[in-house]
Amino acid sequence: MQANLIDALFIFILAAFIGFEVIRRVSPLLHTPLMSLTNALDAIAVVGAIILVGEHKSNFATVLGVIAVIAATSNVVGGFLITDRMLKMFKTSRPTKS
Amino acid sequence: MTDFAGNQTIIEVVYLIASVLFILSLKWLSSPSTARHGVWAGELGMLLAICGTLLHHGIVDYKWIAIALVIGSGIGVPLGLVQMTAVPQRTALSHAFGALCVTLVGSAEFYLRSPNVPGFLMAVLSMEVILGGLTFTGSLMAAGKLQEILPQRPLTYKGQNFVNLLLLVAAIVVAVYLVLNPGAKQFFPAMLGISLVFGVLLVIPIGGADMPTVISLLNSYAGLSAAAMGFVLNSKLLIIAGALDGSSGFILSVIMSKAMNRSFTNVLFGAFGQVQTAAAGAQEAKSVRSATAEEAAAILEAANKVVVVPGYGMAVAQAQHKVRELYDLLTRHGVDVRFAIHPVAGRMPGHMNVLLAEADIPYDRLIEMDEINGDFPQTDVALVIGANDVTNPAARNDHSSPIYGMPILDVDKAHTVMVIKRSMSPGFAGIDNPLYYLDKTLMLFGDAKSFVNNIVRELSGVHA
Repeated sequence: MQANLIDALFIFILAAFIGFEVIRRVSPLLHTPLMSLTNALDAIAVVGAIILVGEHKSNFATVLGVIAVIAATSNVVGGFLITDRMLKMFKTSRPTKS
Repeated sequence: MTDFAGNQTIIEVVYLIASVLFILSLKWLSSPSTARHGVWAGELGMLLAICGTLLHHGIVDYKWIAIALVIGSGIGVPLGLVQMTAVPQRTALSHAFGALCVTLVGSAEFYLRSPNVPGFLMAVLSMEVILGGLTFTGSLMAAGKLQEILPQRPLTYKGQNFVNLLLLVAAIVVAVYLVLNPGAKQFFPAMLGISLVFGVLLVIPIGGADMPTVISLLNSYAGLSAAAMGFVLNSKLLIIAGALDGSSGFILSVIMSKAMNRSFTNVLFGAFGQVQTAAAGAQEAKSVRSATAEEAAAILEAANKVVVVPGYGMAVAQAQHKVRELYDLLTRHGVDVRFAIHPVAGRMPGHMNVLLAEADIPYDRLIEMDEINGDFPQTDVALVIGANDVTNPAARNDHSSPIYGMPILDVDKAHTVMVIKRSMSPGFAGIDNPLYYLDKTLMLFGDAKSFVNNIVRELSGVHA
């Protein structure tokens, strides 16, 4: 338990540093897509909810789990979809068509 | 047994690959040319992680998982197809959904494990539930304000900060009690309830102009609560994704706060709107010069360099497509047109860029504040469309102004300033803008969309 915990803390701190360095380089141009993308990635919490539903340890837990899976899945699908739609719109200068 | 262990190893390896893909996904987002690869990497990572999870040996029932996945996708698709102007409220809503998932899973874990919850685990679980709960209701409030279901003006009352602080302390006290007595199930709903109420009260006093900071902060909280869930479930993948999301929200919050020259605590406990309304009335007497669309068109046509400054008003009036027509016409006349983007223009980070990109304006014409500010003295016309506080020179030279010290776009240094505005009523924060009373400033009174349309008609009419 204690060892697991320390491992987890290491992972958290290192990931936070990687996140910091990577995200610092994201152009302000793309801050809105950044937020919707991280939101979609964050919905990886669906994994925990899926296990909760699948293990079916109690009816109460399963009901909460089902709602949790629904909420997270809508973020996964909606988040990736809108991020891609936004990024598709960003185009560089080209001869104006008329 | 060996079969289970084998499965477990496969799942862990799949999670590792997913983690790498998530990091690559954010790395590729650093430039518009690779950004879409980032989305694909994220999607692939997510797909792998979900498929890997379905191999988990403890899963005995797939029916409800399938049903929930289908319903969730059904809700997600329309949320992914909303209009670009609705992106801020959609984002707030998705923070709420993410936090809801985390809170529900945390609650279920508590009731399944109590009273056998080790101290540290209970502490992390409490953090997960408190952060998740306040992010859920806080984000719903933010979404409601952005969708204008709820009043956008800050709602304040006497002793507000004290009440909020008291609630936060109460939630932490209950959490500490639960850490010491993890069997005290009856106290868990209290902790959850307090954090839900806290989320509502936290966002109530926050006005529309502060939304970019608040959305970023809620983003950060959502990430941290997911990371806490990773600790509870001992899931490295979840810890990594939560840490990435948390640091992203944190960085954005810092950028937004700096762009408003305010601290986090000031945004959360400041209730921007109410302080300044008193000052606005005193200066009504000053005179302004106004102009018609015809005059504005003539001035724009004669210019060499034009900088357009878009703000929330452009988004509200849905004027971005008309602005693009104006951009096309002026560019064809040989005018150099660029767009000056203030970090907090609009209602979320990057809001203006997305709207202008939607209208097909090339992104290399969208210039950040620090980069374009030096160019204003050589700019013939600065055209302000629906922006107010981010152009207010009082932030630079009036020590008594509530926004003194906030970095602004130096539009007052351009040769001519034109401001499209519905009326002389002060902006969202209720602060009077001395820019409007300058001799070089022309006020163009009207709705942003129809006024730009009139300018476009004048410009194309002359050369038909």
